[in-house]
Amino acid sequence: MKEQLGKIKLEAKKALDHAKNMEELNDLKVKYLGKKGELTQVLRGMGQLSAEERPIIGQLANEVRDELNATLEEQMNLIKKTEQKQKLNLETIDTTLPGKSFSRGTKHPLTQVIEEAKQIFMGLGFQIAEGPEIETDYYNFEALNLPKDHPARDMQDTFYITPEVVLRTHTSPVQVRSMEKLNPEVPVKIICPGKVYRKDDDATHSPMFHQIEGLVIDKGIRMSDLKGVLLVFAQQMFGADRKIRFRPSYFPFTEPSAEVDVSCGICDGDGCKSCSYTGWLEILGSGMVHPNVLKYGGYDPTEVTGFAFGMGVERIAMLKYGITDMRLLFENDIRFLQQF
Amino acid sequence: MKVSFKWLQEYVDIDITPEELADRLTNAGVTVEYIEHLNKGVAGVVVGEVLEVVKHPNAEKLSLCQVTTDGDNHFQVVCGAPNVRTGQKIPFALVGAELPGGLKIKQAKLRGTESQGMICSAQELGINEEGLTSDQKEGILDLDPTAPLGMDIIEYLSLDDCVLEFDLTPNRSDCLSVMNIAREVAALLGKEVKLPEIKFSDIEKKIEDLAEVEIKDSNLCRRYVAKIVEGVQIKPSPQWLKHKLICAGMRPINNVVDITNYVLMEMGQPLHAFDYNYLSAGKIIVRKAEKGEKITTLDENERELTEDMLLITDSQKAVGIAGVMGGLNSEVTHDTTTVLIESAYFNPSNIRRTSTSLGLRSEASLRFEKGINIETVVDAANRTAQLLAELADGKVLKGIIDNYPNPIERTKIKLELTKVNEVLGTNINDEQIKEILSSLNINIIEENGSVITLEIPPYRPDITIAEDLIEEVARLAGYDNIPTTLPFGASSKGQKTLEQKLRDKIIDTITARGLTEVISFSFINKTNFDKLLISEGDIRRQAIPVLNPLSEEQGYMRTTLFPGLLDILRRNINRRSENLGIFELGKIYLPQGFPEKSILPQEKWTLGIALRGELVSNWQDKAQPVDFYYLKGIVEDMLEQLKITDILFKPCQDSPLYHPGRSAYVYVSGEMLGIIGEVHPQVADNYDLAARNYAAELDVELLIKLGHGPIKFKQLPRYPAVHRDLALVVKEEVTASQLMEVIWAEGGDLLSDVTIFDLYKGNQIALDYKSLAFALTFQAENRTLTDIEINDIHEKIQKALAEKFQASLRS
Repeated sequence: MKEQLGKIKLEAKKALDHAKNMEELNDLKVKYLGKKGELTQVLRGMGQLSAEERPIIGQLANEVRDELNATLEEQMNLIKKTEQKQKLNLETIDTTLPGKSFSRGTKHPLTQVIEEAKQIFMGLGFQIAEGPEIETDYYNFEALNLPKDHPARDMQDTFYITPEVVLRTHTSPVQVRSMEKLNPEVPVKIICPGKVYRKDDDATHSPMFHQIEGLVIDKGIRMSDLKGVLLVFAQQMFGADRKIRFRPSYFPFTEPSAEVDVSCGICDGDGCKSCSYTGWLEILGSGMVHPNVLKYGGYDPTEVTGFAFGMGVERIAMLKYGITDMRLLFENDIRFLQQF
Repeated sequence: MKVSFKWLQEYVDIDITPEELADRLTNAGVTVEYIEHLNKGVAGVVVGEVLEVVKHPNAEKLSLCQVTTDGDNHFQVVCGAPNVRTGQKIPFALVGAELPGGLKIKQAKLRGTESQGMICSAQELGINEEGLTSDQKEGILDLDPTAPLGMDIIEYLSLDDCVLEFDLTPNRSDCLSVMNIAREVAALLGKEVKLPEIKFSDIEKKIEDLAEVEIKDSNLCRRYVAKIVEGVQIKPSPQWLKHKLICAGMRPINNVVDITNYVLMEMGQPLHAFDYNYLSAGKIIVRKAEKGEKITTLDENERELTEDMLLITDSQKAVGIAGVMGGLNSEVTHDTTTVLIESAYFNPSNIRRTSTSLGLRSEASLRFEKGINIETVVDAANRTAQLLAELADGKVLKGIIDNYPNPIERTKIKLELTKVNEVLGTNINDEQIKEILSSLNINIIEENGSVITLEIPPYRPDITIAEDLIEEVARLAGYDNIPTTLPFGASSKGQKTLEQKLRDKIIDTITARGLTEVISFSFINKTNFDKLLISEGDIRRQAIPVLNPLSEEQGYMRTTLFPGLLDILRRNINRRSENLGIFELGKIYLPQGFPEKSILPQEKWTLGIALRGELVSNWQDKAQPVDFYYLKGIVEDMLEQLKITDILFKPCQDSPLYHPGRSAYVYVSGEMLGIIGEVHPQVADNYDLAARNYAAELDVELLIKLGHGPIKFKQLPRYPAVHRDLALVVKEEVTASQLMEVIWAEGGDLLSDVTIFDLYKGNQIALDYKSLAFALTFQAENRTLTDIEINDIHEKIQKALAEKFQASLRS
């Protein structure tokens, strides 16, 4: 009987080792370990054994069964793995084919720049103001210390709707409109993005373009505050390593006035073609609000001071994205717009 | 304003390079835009004289010239210029000389003849031709006979000079004068200005005996000064004077005209020289023009004047438009011997109005309209007389007429010294402040503790208030010295208004659906209304015109976003982008009674969408052309995102812009939001667009009014939902919304959702019929629904549909 068990073990192990798939393994399981399997058959003959032999053979039979079960399981795992591998192989796809495309919409680059500016200034506590594009001469010029016949009116070629109504030439009329709404409240802290119009059309000018106006009024506002706020803006808009520079300038509605440059990002201020070898790029005009403008807005210039600035959004977008021709921004070529 | 650097050096000692000076000035707000060095590479060229000109033996068009540069030595030179002649002084490039562009003069043989050098044209010397006469431009440069033989041409033509070109802000019109720029330079460099000494000898004859000046409007003419010089010889100006004028961009004419221009540039005082012999009775009257009065100005144009324009007349006729341009009838000509010099101060606004309405801008009007220095009016007249005596052999009459009825006092401003640092955020001490102001000739006339009273020099009319003085201090101290701080007052909340947030949300939802935002011009051509088939009475035709548009293309403010959107489709198709989905969120401009009834027109935020072509395509899915439902889906999605629920689409058959069978009015909460649909094929054709195009134009303000519903969480259902399908066959003309309405009405509270999942037309059902399949979802909040309940409702729905629309179940 002992020999019989040994023979079964050898035979079964060999068969299991050679099994090629699950089916064969299952057949072998039935053949050797099943209810009518060979091992069971042998165990049934145990009754004929002597009392001394029985436990010895019993143990041996158990050992053989355990061993065969272990081998079976091992083989099953092996074959499962192989079979799965084969299956996965068959399922291989070309992962280099393009992914499913969804038509992608983009916001106009000017909208994106305006939004970014809004976020920066909101972070500094500014509110977003708005005003009409078709504006009275009063708000566009007079209340900004630009009476009729003022030579500085030449600085802006104006579209007229009637002799007293214009297409606003800048977003500055929102300064006095906001002051009228808010006075005597302080602080006034607003920016106003929007469309403006000037009678000009060439590679660097468009008859319609966008500006962002800024205005702060409070007790004790200083020109150094203007510098600080614009530095925060420039560094967030263009990069933390950028510097700004103030140059004296003239606007009838600010005094003192300053033109503001940002250091050129291409040459880091060393001078290159983009910045006409100056190392600086002009980005906006600014200054301390002229006392007359404060008065027009209902504030007392001996009580409060303020600063204001105005920037061209197209200019900012061109600098930020490296756009060389302003007209691209209004041609609305889909291949251009979808780059942003 | 352009100024010779050397000229500037005559008035102030400049010990830095032109480039360094330009930087200093620019940083102080007097911007130098460009520096032009006049020597473009000339070396070894001297003043020569042509001694003999004969025809070249072998060439028809060439001459053989003998040139000397010292009177002794002769050079034989072949010259091709037609204007070469004996006795002429010319720029002569010796062998070894260099010319701009790297040309080196060598000994050469031209058509078999030796040529030892070259006679140069202005162009060959790289000289700006602006200041040259046409003769001088044609051939070789004809020099003045007085040019010293052998002198280096660099010295003679001042080619070692450079020109500073200023870009002045309107407030700094004082710098339209070399003298005042010198004052600015002196302040910046800590130097003294050296002004030219005005002195001349006069003759016995008195001006009072010859002339008289009467100012009839002392408001428009604050001061009028006259000076007479007789025995004047009209001739060309000396080279040094010509050079300065040419640098300033003025063409030399003759000594008298050039001298007035010279003093204008030097002192900033416009002058006019009349030929005294053409002034009837030696009388000057300054008065307003009569209506329709005419005058022919120096440029030989007859001008009709209006009553608010100021005229200079003699006892009989107009002889000049004050401050703008002189009259042709009294101009200085070759025969002039006696000149009356006018030096005056005219009202800036009046000059500006006159020159604007006549479209006549001159160097004079440019200065008058910005306000000149009223105190130099006499000096300028005397300076002119001096130069006429020196350069035109003039005899200056004794005395001067100075008609100055109401002398103007100098501006005085009180400045609180502490205010300077308060406004700037700087830390400049009082002494520095005073020093800076004094360097600008702004002098303290009274001091009272920290409050000082300052007197402003008359050439700085831009300084009128304390803030102007603060700016002067800041720019001289350097803007770079202003520190960087942040405002420290009360904090404020940074935020957008609800309206702004909702507009942003609209853009977000639409871009998320794959459309690209465009921005088009607010103005349109009126022809668009015809192209859009908009009928005569339509409100959109009442677009607001621009009084002075750049072109007809931009003549009117848009009343619809359609033209912009359709043009953008067209432009992109031209560039081979055929599949397009675009939108614009912008304003339209409606008169609403403007200008009669309202101060300003209405500006209405509007959303425009345009689609065409196939919007999704890849290697897996076949491209689907966009259609009405694609557009509608975008609009519905946007409404859903804005939490707008009461929406109704109603067929629209009467809008000229849209296909009558494929467009719909959109109503929200009973108000008309706009129209969506296929662009009318005729309209599309008018914009050169092939079919099919889809568009929508919606009222953003209505969206904002309704779209602010708060988001409120709803409990998730705890009991299972029951789904039932309902496939109906109905007549073709029955609309989906009609069926839906009945389903919802009959479905009651337990019906929670209805969607359409199929539409079928074809041979499985009768002609003129269609099949619509609905998926119904039933759900209760508090229990699991039973089949029996659902069956009841379902049957009720079927019954109602059968009754109302003869709907049958599809078998």
